[in-house]
Amino acid sequence: MKKVLIVRYGEIALKGLNKSYFINKLVNHIQANLADLGRLHVHQAGGLIYVDMDEYDQDEVIDRVIKVFGIVSVSPAYKFDKNMDSIYEVAVKHINERIEEDGIKTFKVESRRGDKSFPMKSPEISRMVGGYILSHTEGLKVDVHNPEIILHVDVRDKAYVYSKKVYGYGGLPLGTNGTAMVLLSGGIDSPVAAWMMAKRGMEIEAVHYHSYPFTSERAKEKVVDLARILAKYCGNIRLHCVNLLPIQKEINEKCPEEEMTILSRRFMMKIAERIAIKRQCNALVTGESIGQVASQTIQGLTVTNNAVNIPVFRPLIALDKVDIMDIAKKINTYETSILPYEDCCTVFLPKRPVTKPRLDKILQSESNLDVEKLIEEAVKGMEVIEVSVEE
Amino acid sequence: MVNNFTKTVVSYTIWKDIDKIIIMERLHMEVYLDNSATTKPNIEVVNIMTKALTDYYGNPSSLHHKGVEVEKLIKTARKQLAKALGASEQEIIFTSGGTESNNMAIMGAIESKKRKGNRIITTKIEHPSVLNVYKNLETKGYEVIYLDVDSFGKINMEQLKESISEETILISIMHVNNEVGTIQPVEEIGKIIKNNNENFIFHVDAIQSFGKIKFTPKKIGAHLLSVSGHKIHGPKGIGALYIKKGLKMTPLIYGGNQETGIRSGTENTPGILGLGEAARCLYEDMDNKINKMWILKNKLIEGIKNEIHDIKINGFEKEGSAPHIANISFLGIRGEVLLHSLEQDGIYVSTGSACSSKKNTKSHVLKAMGLKDYEIEGAIRFSFSYNNTLEEIDYAIDKLKKHVKDIRKIVKR
Repeated sequence: MKKVLIVRYGEIALKGLNKSYFINKLVNHIQANLADLGRLHVHQAGGLIYVDMDEYDQDEVIDRVIKVFGIVSVSPAYKFDKNMDSIYEVAVKHINERIEEDGIKTFKVESRRGDKSFPMKSPEISRMVGGYILSHTEGLKVDVHNPEIILHVDVRDKAYVYSKKVYGYGGLPLGTNGTAMVLLSGGIDSPVAAWMMAKRGMEIEAVHYHSYPFTSERAKEKVVDLARILAKYCGNIRLHCVNLLPIQKEINEKCPEEEMTILSRRFMMKIAERIAIKRQCNALVTGESIGQVASQTIQGLTVTNNAVNIPVFRPLIALDKVDIMDIAKKINTYETSILPYEDCCTVFLPKRPVTKPRLDKILQSESNLDVEKLIEEAVKGMEVIEVSVEE
Repeated sequence: MVNNFTKTVVSYTIWKDIDKIIIMERLHMEVYLDNSATTKPNIEVVNIMTKALTDYYGNPSSLHHKGVEVEKLIKTARKQLAKALGASEQEIIFTSGGTESNNMAIMGAIESKKRKGNRIITTKIEHPSVLNVYKNLETKGYEVIYLDVDSFGKINMEQLKESISEETILISIMHVNNEVGTIQPVEEIGKIIKNNNENFIFHVDAIQSFGKIKFTPKKIGAHLLSVSGHKIHGPKGIGALYIKKGLKMTPLIYGGNQETGIRSGTENTPGILGLGEAARCLYEDMDNKINKMWILKNKLIEGIKNEIHDIKINGFEKEGSAPHIANISFLGIRGEVLLHSLEQDGIYVSTGSACSSKKNTKSHVLKAMGLKDYEIEGAIRFSFSYNNTLEEIDYAIDKLKKHVKDIRKIVKR
């Protein structure tokens, strides 16, 4: 008898001729996420993936595997030779474990016979196993409509017994959809945006803007910490840190006060695009959500969007702050995001930022600046940090 | 302005990479003017601590020679600290630091006097390791009087006298304030206590005054007095509490009855020997050291006054303040921005508030002194040690002038 983790994938099953490409990616990501625990055997068969986790910490394995995008759910299971005596024995053993762990009182058995040469049919297996459990345990009842647990007996290449299901995030395997350059601030939104695009199979690189010494070194550390949390899902993240202060000083000197924020945003987009092209990324990703702040009005978005030519994805565009916060809590970035270090110093915050900027007027203001030179210098002075999951 | 950071190594959670932690390129001198936060341990201190870890690693409670030799060394360290404090070695208890000393003093004092009453007198400008103990005691039915301070950060003796009642069991006052350097009239308070037949206990937090002002607990008339190792060029994680002979103390921590049962736990030998050595260095040449800090402080204040306009000195300039702290507001500037600008030139200071819109981080001390918000926002604390030099002060004034001008130019539109 062995302990295995049964891994189910969702959307990939609908793929056509490319299916095996996606599944291989998935297997590789599972192996990568488990690499530091040891060499766990991962293989696929009959529309499922199996991870042998005999002597490994089960919770630790599950926690890592469900962080792999493309997985719908996992179940820790016993795997053993397919004969009825063994099935009885393992079923009772597993039920007793559940009584001990969760104090269950009601159950139901469901069987599936993938191997049609097995002499008993599914309903029969269920009935026999259920009966055997009742006669070999104390105080248990069968409840077919509302059981506390469903004990699954699957007969395929081997027999499998399990009763727990842990849900993953779905999506598609990382790297099946190119690479995105995320504008990563220290806030709540941008890490969520990065995570959502990664969930659809995009690899992640990031660019972070700070205004040192007008902002603190700790603010940058916070972004590194956020990237490290994201790396658990997205793999290693290359983080480009760019000091925006020289540009902010220029804008401050040569442009109208109320346009400070919107002009800075245009520079952020342009610099990110420049780095993205250099790194062969296919798109920019921001955490913008329509109407959330002054620079995220439809007019503001129009003006910042105009600054670049490559696609810009805004996965949070139609989400409320509350929804975004829920995701942030779920993926564990929330607590880090709310640490009180400012990412862009409020020294430069206009008292009344323009909320309905007109493109022609903004371009007019921008023409007071040597845009190309400013971008070049910002990129030249950037610092690159390779962020990996903590060892 | 170039970003002076070298490439960051991110996996520095691992010990083997500790030496790779981001270090700014050393393009400049290092001027450490944050000695109220912590001080650099003397090399003699480091040497003796290394010996404690490599040779004298025995447990002083052991019966064999390996333990006895350590016991002797600890006794010596206790004597050195007692000598520097003008106390006897029986009156010194080693703790894990200033915070524990303050907690132990307060909790022990109220435990022994709780039948007598429930009033405690302290000030609005104490260190959090005192204030937060009182905040907690208030929830347990104690009445705490927080004395006001004037615009220089000094308490009013009349208000103190009026606050004393039949119910009073403890007066707890900091000797030197850690943010502005103001000295409280502790000797006068000691006299009042004497006149009251020592009816209540007098605790003095001397963490910022030890080694900066000449005093002894006896001269002050304190029953309890806290000191800390890392403020006097000793190690972190070690402190001491002076407990006047005859005063009964209740422990905070119970165990194997080390430190005469008042503070159990296997002795932190490296820390204790380090503190003993730091106290010895301090005592050796105290007058000269104090004098030197005065010269540095006066030079910085004069330089800033001459070179920079729109500033405000918080607390006393000379008389009435400690020699190692100068707190100055640069109006129209955010302290944290100036702090980070100075750090680029290797100058380290601290601020009266942090640059955060989300949390109220304004200094409770400056608030109690009645400073306006914009004055608190621009407050910088410079704190000196006898290791600083006149060249360093010149350099700091020069850089201050430059950065204050730059930042003001940006902020003024």
